[in-house]
Amino acid sequence: MSEQAHSVTGIDSRKLLMWIFLASDCLFFGALISTYMIFKGNIPNPPYPTDRTVNGEFFHGLLNIPLTSASTFVLLMSSVAMVLAVYGAQNNNLKMMKGWLLSTIGLGIFFLLFQVYEFRHFLHEGLGLSTNQFGASFYLMTGFHGVHVGIGVIILISLLFGSFRRNSLGPDTGFHIETAGLYWHFVDIVWIVIFTLVYLMPY
Amino acid sequence: MTTALPLAVKEETDSGIWSWLTTVDHKKIGTMYGVSGVIFFIIAGFEALLIRTQLAVPNGTIIDADTYNQLFTMHALMMIFLGVMPMGAAFFNWLVPLMIGARDVAFPRLNAFSFWTFLGGALLLTSSWIFGDAPDVGWFAYAPLTEKAYTVGQAMDFYAVGLLLLGVASTVASLNFVVTIINMRAPGMSWFRMPVFVWMIFVVAWLLILSLPVLTIGLVQIYFDRNFDTNFFNPMGGGDPLLWQHLFWIFGHPEVYVLILPSMGIVSEVLPTFSRKPIFGYSAIVFAGLSIAVLGFAVWSHHMFTTGLGPVPSIVFSASTMAIGVPTGVKIFNWLATMWGGSIRFNSASMFSIGFLALFTIGGISGVMHASPPIDTQQQDTYFIVAHIHYVLFGGAVFGIFSGFYYWWPKFFGRFLDEKLGQIHFWLFFIGMNLTFFPMHFLGVQGMPRRIYRYDADLGWETWNIVATLGSYLLGIGMLVFLYAVWKAYKSEPDAPDNPWDAPTLEWATSSPPPEHDFDIVPVVHARDPLWYNRDNNITQDDAPDEHIHLPPPSYYPLLISIGLLVGGVGMLTTLMVSALGVLLVFYAIWGWVLEPTS
Repeated sequence: MSEQAHSVTGIDSRKLLMWIFLASDCLFFGALISTYMIFKGNIPNPPYPTDRTVNGEFFHGLLNIPLTSASTFVLLMSSVAMVLAVYGAQNNNLKMMKGWLLSTIGLGIFFLLFQVYEFRHFLHEGLGLSTNQFGASFYLMTGFHGVHVGIGVIILISLLFGSFRRNSLGPDTGFHIETAGLYWHFVDIVWIVIFTLVYLMPY
Repeated sequence: MTTALPLAVKEETDSGIWSWLTTVDHKKIGTMYGVSGVIFFIIAGFEALLIRTQLAVPNGTIIDADTYNQLFTMHALMMIFLGVMPMGAAFFNWLVPLMIGARDVAFPRLNAFSFWTFLGGALLLTSSWIFGDAPDVGWFAYAPLTEKAYTVGQAMDFYAVGLLLLGVASTVASLNFVVTIINMRAPGMSWFRMPVFVWMIFVVAWLLILSLPVLTIGLVQIYFDRNFDTNFFNPMGGGDPLLWQHLFWIFGHPEVYVLILPSMGIVSEVLPTFSRKPIFGYSAIVFAGLSIAVLGFAVWSHHMFTTGLGPVPSIVFSASTMAIGVPTGVKIFNWLATMWGGSIRFNSASMFSIGFLALFTIGGISGVMHASPPIDTQQQDTYFIVAHIHYVLFGGAVFGIFSGFYYWWPKFFGRFLDEKLGQIHFWLFFIGMNLTFFPMHFLGVQGMPRRIYRYDADLGWETWNIVATLGSYLLGIGMLVFLYAVWKAYKSEPDAPDNPWDAPTLEWATSSPPPEHDFDIVPVVHARDPLWYNRDNNITQDDAPDEHIHLPPPSYYPLLISIGLLVGGVGMLTTLMVSALGVLLVFYAIWGWVLEPTS
């Protein structure tokens, strides 16, 4: 959408648009996270997120912290790969850009696959959307985060395909990769918040 | 930016239906916003007239309780989201690029997308009438009434999906205009030379950007509660109805300023022009607008005093609500001081603005009254609140909008709205408005509750109710007069000069109506009131017109994406297979959009 290159501030309008969109997205996740936090600790019926004994009966917790830590690490590494892809694009190194873009996509897809696995596992353990407030707020919050990662993967794949069409970097390629990178890092940061609140804080 | 069209090619090349469907011109998009806004305003007004007719006499028999509930809910929803907001959007689409000396917004295709998505959401929400299933639990849609157990049909799904689409439209438009105002200003148009109207739109856009996502989540949760058996707001399932109230009002209170600030901007342009004086206290007005934006996010719980927040939150939200009266008062006094000692010209534009001042002040004062929790507890859900919101939204927002219509009509269409009809319209609106809504203060204090579809004869409410109903008919007649003035202007020959009012802002520097490229030469701004400065210092811009003006070509992809989103929304109301179709269409259209050459 490069209709206008005119800029008073010197910042490209498209990048400005992305920054302000991310400000809006902060409130989007803010509302989701608030919902989760309001219901946190107030779960009347199993399955529970963490190990719990109710009336002498032991319930195994759903959350698998080591496993999710691994997938979190994967997502964080995708941000490193994204930085290197931007670096490649800005230094006119097409090969480097393509390689790291591919890595970012791969790591993003790995994260998504893990999320699919986790959702299926929770469902299998009996946690549905209507089971309790943990299920509803967890699925909604992490689900929307997953949708964000998915959109990011689609954007990056489109950029990668775009770069196959030519042998050198187009005039705007570096810019596109950088702006997509802003989005990617933001989604990553949101996950750090969600991971901390859901998995690391005691329930 | 590589190739450019020669100047001569694009003068009014075509005006057929296809040119409107594919336009990316901010002026045409503004006109479409205006036309849809006025149409929905009339429908919503008609709903209000039905309500007033039912309430004219005790034990009214014209409509039944269910229809009545649908009427007051849809009246509010349509007035707010489909009437006043798009009419505000009509003005900022038309004026922001012209006022800052730009040839279009930063993202013209995105702008078209915003309009079409708005229209899709509006049609989806309105179509609930056709299916006999209009939302009927108030525009605030308090849980648990929205839950499946209490709203059996699909009314609340129409509500959730319709508002989701409207939210997407408003968010995208706001992003577009924030970027436009930051990045597209003409040379010399520094922040503190911007017209107050542009500042107010800047504030409105930020309010929407930061508040709509919160509403979006609330709507998604309603939708999930109703369709996927979650219990976010259902207390029987461990949910929290107050969570919805918080989410809704975190959006809903900034929304109040979204409705009023464009009109405050309009008044800030009209009053200086017709007082022949620069606006008094420019920076005070701008900073008052900014502080309203900040405080606007810190007052939402004053809608919830009666939910039992506890003393500390009540005190805090009461104090912040009273505090927001201060910047508002600053503005009122600045407008008065602008007129003070000026050479005031009374015509329909300036009279609507002066009417705004008087009526909005009354609404503001009653607003400060129920900033106090004990008083609010008395007034909650009575007609006193109805009186208050109509003084700020009708006496405020709507009067400002009509002031803008009379003021900018010659600029938009090259034709004046008839001055005599305009004054008749003003007096019908001014008298009708006060007859309708002032008695509601009394009714409220006498204890008449809101949202009752009939009342008994011996409660002492008859007199003021019949007065209010008669007043509302005057408003209806006033609207007919306005429509007649519009029709008359449409039939007349274009005769408006470039700057008929001797106004100071840049939109009057170009022809009436402006050419498709807005300005032959991008203006250079030397002062806050550029045209007055140029006039007083004999500055003329008579360089040769820019030879190559780049305008973005028309595109049908924005419309296509919006149709995709609408199909997706329809799918959310029927079967998710239809939604999948909509998503596919969206993907296809985005693909085409990205690859479409824009220069």
